[in-house]
Amino acid sequence: MTDQAFPTAPRRSRNVPLSKIALRWGLYLILCVFALYYLMPLFVMLTTSLKSIEEIRSGSLVALPRDITFDAWATAWSGACTGIQCEGLRPYFWNSVLIAVPAVILSTGIGALNGYVVAQWRFRGANLFFSLMLFGCFIPFQVVLLPMARVLGLMGIAGTIPGLIFVHVIYGIGFTTLFFRNYYVSIPSELVKAAKVDGAGFFRILWSIFLPLSLPIIVVTVIWQFTQIWNDFLFGVSFSQAGTQPVTVALNNIVNSTTGIKEYNVDMAAAIIAALPTLLVYVVAGKYFIRGLTAGSVKG
Amino acid sequence: MAPILDIKNLYKSYGATEILKDINVAIEPGDFLVLVGPSGCGKSTLLNCIAGLEPISGGSIDIGGQDMTDVSPKDRNIAMVFQSYALYPTMTVAKNITFGMKVRGVDQATQAAKLAEVSAQLQIEPLLNRRPGQLSGGQRQRVAMGRALVRDPKLFLFDEPLSNLDAKLRVEMRTEIKKLHQNLGASMVYVTHDQIEAMTLATKIVVMKDGIIQQIGTPSEIYNHPENLFVADFMGSPAMNLIPARTQKKDGGTQIEIASATGKPLLLTDTTHRNLPDDVIIGLRPEDIAEAGYRSGQNVQTAHCMIDVVEPAGADTFVVSHLGGKEVTARLHAETTACAGQPLEFAFDLGKVSYFEPNTGERLN
Amino acid sequence: MSEWLERHIPKIVMAPSFVAIMIFVYGFIGWTAWVSLTRSRLLPKYEVEGFFQYGRLFAAPRWDTAMNNLFIFGTLFILISMVLGLLIAILLDQKIRTEGVLRTVYLYPMALSMIVTGTAWKWILNPGLGIESVVQGWGFENFEFDWLVNPDYAIYTVVIAGVWQASGFVMALFLAGLRSVDQEIIKAAQVDGIPTRRIYSAIIIPSMAPIFLSAFIVLSHLAIKSFDLVIALTGGGPGYATDLPATYMYAMAFSRGDIGQAASSAMIMMLVVFTIVVPYLYSELRAKND
Repeated sequence: MTDQAFPTAPRRSRNVPLSKIALRWGLYLILCVFALYYLMPLFVMLTTSLKSIEEIRSGSLVALPRDITFDAWATAWSGACTGIQCEGLRPYFWNSVLIAVPAVILSTGIGALNGYVVAQWRFRGANLFFSLMLFGCFIPFQVVLLPMARVLGLMGIAGTIPGLIFVHVIYGIGFTTLFFRNYYVSIPSELVKAAKVDGAGFFRILWSIFLPLSLPIIVVTVIWQFTQIWNDFLFGVSFSQAGTQPVTVALNNIVNSTTGIKEYNVDMAAAIIAALPTLLVYVVAGKYFIRGLTAGSVKG
Repeated sequence: MAPILDIKNLYKSYGATEILKDINVAIEPGDFLVLVGPSGCGKSTLLNCIAGLEPISGGSIDIGGQDMTDVSPKDRNIAMVFQSYALYPTMTVAKNITFGMKVRGVDQATQAAKLAEVSAQLQIEPLLNRRPGQLSGGQRQRVAMGRALVRDPKLFLFDEPLSNLDAKLRVEMRTEIKKLHQNLGASMVYVTHDQIEAMTLATKIVVMKDGIIQQIGTPSEIYNHPENLFVADFMGSPAMNLIPARTQKKDGGTQIEIASATGKPLLLTDTTHRNLPDDVIIGLRPEDIAEAGYRSGQNVQTAHCMIDVVEPAGADTFVVSHLGGKEVTARLHAETTACAGQPLEFAFDLGKVSYFEPNTGERLN
Repeated sequence: MSEWLERHIPKIVMAPSFVAIMIFVYGFIGWTAWVSLTRSRLLPKYEVEGFFQYGRLFAAPRWDTAMNNLFIFGTLFILISMVLGLLIAILLDQKIRTEGVLRTVYLYPMALSMIVTGTAWKWILNPGLGIESVVQGWGFENFEFDWLVNPDYAIYTVVIAGVWQASGFVMALFLAGLRSVDQEIIKAAQVDGIPTRRIYSAIIIPSMAPIFLSAFIVLSHLAIKSFDLVIALTGGGPGYATDLPATYMYAMAFSRGDIGQAASSAMIMMLVVFTIVVPYLYSELRAKND
């Protein structure tokens, strides 16, 4: 910060009173304190994960590691116990990938189709349907857990990865439809009319005119859905069984497994591993992540 | 000749609201039909019905002698230019123009030939590889026209195509559309809320209000013989003066009595014998009121009026006076000596006067 | 045939989603509502018995704790997140040079799973080696901070972690709101010589009422659905001191085998959500359709 402010300081001091500069610095100071507050847990997680268990016992929570060791990461990835099994997070991490990828693709695709219809091909009842869907976005999922467990059983996909994909797709289409609908209503309806006169049909118009325009909203939706599904715990813990659990469930099991001594460094490494994909998405495409968050909430 | 477009008893409603009521219009090949009216009068809906983009609730639409009432837009042999141009944003100009042919499976060679022909005609060859976002409003307008022209349709439909352009460009494009119409000899239906566009372009005008046709006629019929107060008021700029008056049969014609600001009523004599009710509204275009001495004719009457405002407009000078409780505008020659606050002797050309029934608004003469 | 297909294709495309929503949302709500009126235990029964389960629910001390906790957690979580979010948003709105970086830092917790958040704070707040020992290490030997394991205070640790996770998001909402205020009004106020503090309190913040509303809706929705955070942070404990309706429902459904209680508690949760969300959505949809 000093480096940044330094070159401009002389220019400022000429016409800006000292009190204003002090206020400015105070402002930056407060903002930095807030930044430290938000960063502290991540910092603690990271340093703890790089310490040995002896150092954690003897040292301070906020101290930097004296000897950096990646043992905890290795254990978290492939050796930590989630109950009776001790294979680390790895298999569950892949479970999450296997759940998230198809569920994101399917729910985004369905959302695009639905949004396109609701926004551009209004028919009698389309608005009612959209409202019903929107209300569906807001139900607490507890209210569908019991019947869903039974229905998954009836369908023969209880406790399987396809079962979890199915659940995530069903309860994802409300939001994905909302995203695409809000994006497509801002496209003038004359475009569809022009294409109809040109002889194009429903799918042709979607494919040639709307999809090429949709990259931003596809990114927003994919990021939103990926974050939601990757971070999901409720469906994961309710509808999985040993071997098909997603990474969040496995993480919770590692942290709360009562066997052996408490390895905080492993817990933290595991937490970071579980958080890494969504954090990465956030760092790479934060703009779209924020847009999804605000679109999902403000324009409800 | 068989009409190229024949609309019979067309009704259109959304739920309980009737948008269009009993529309009957027919045009001959080569006609330029303008649908004009204030916003919300149903003119754009009617155009969409002609295009097949909106289903109709009753009646029929024939295009080129065929019943097209239930035919989808792509099979109606029409082309349409939209208000927002509706260019496909992710396609180049060339692709925009050829998209329709591509969808219909026209072969590449024909597509290229057509594209070359149309782009030469509209002088848009340098733009062919650009995206709509990189074009100016006028250029977009041309591309939208190109997309319609390439279709070679039986009927062109225009939905307020000039309303997004600035004033100067609008006049240029208006002329260009008129030229295009003359060169192609094509049949066109054109929607606008701008009565000047309607007057300059049309061979036939339909004036609409609240989903009902008010009058159908040539520009001159509409302008000189408005069928009701609405048409009289809507067409023409500045608007026709509509002045409440009393009439009385008299030797040598009809006496018109107009209340005036001075308290002494203004008396004019229309030399034509007419059968009129006592209370009427008389309609006179601003150009039918001149400065005394600048208009002659057997049915011209002069009278003194107090002038409120003088507005020189270059070619003409408009002066505003107060008659019958209304502001009355007269279009005088540019060099007039009229002066605000002074009286001036006007010449009223009663050969051009329209009489309307005050309650129904219908034309009486 | 193709004409017919063409006309109806939008409806055909929507039909599967429609059926899915009707079954998996509304049908399931109906099923849960039905079961909540029966004497179902381990297996669902379908003979309606009236409000028997609700009677049991309201008589259960554990449910009482859960609702109390929801009230404490919800109120504090919403209030603190809003205040903090608004404060940071206003501070960040002062033409801060490093705004982009700071915004990224403030908002990243929202990208994390609540399980991760819970795990991290569980470690930070643990009385043996966490904050407590850090502060003791600074020389405050008598400092005690055992909220995590203290039944009377454990719910407040959930608030701490929840606020940490969601306040950055509220900040983003408010910042967008501050930026969407008509700049000409602000310029006019500046020309009139109104001090910045007054511009915020009298012009900008009142015009953000809709943003406050949607932040409130989102936060209350998050609060009611909070499940993962409690599970990871306290596991509902000590005892069931930090139970929320969501964890109560889960425990009844999957570990206690008491489907009737699970269903009736889920219905109460939905009732709470809908009394907050439905009027909001209804007004939003109406505003959109008009």
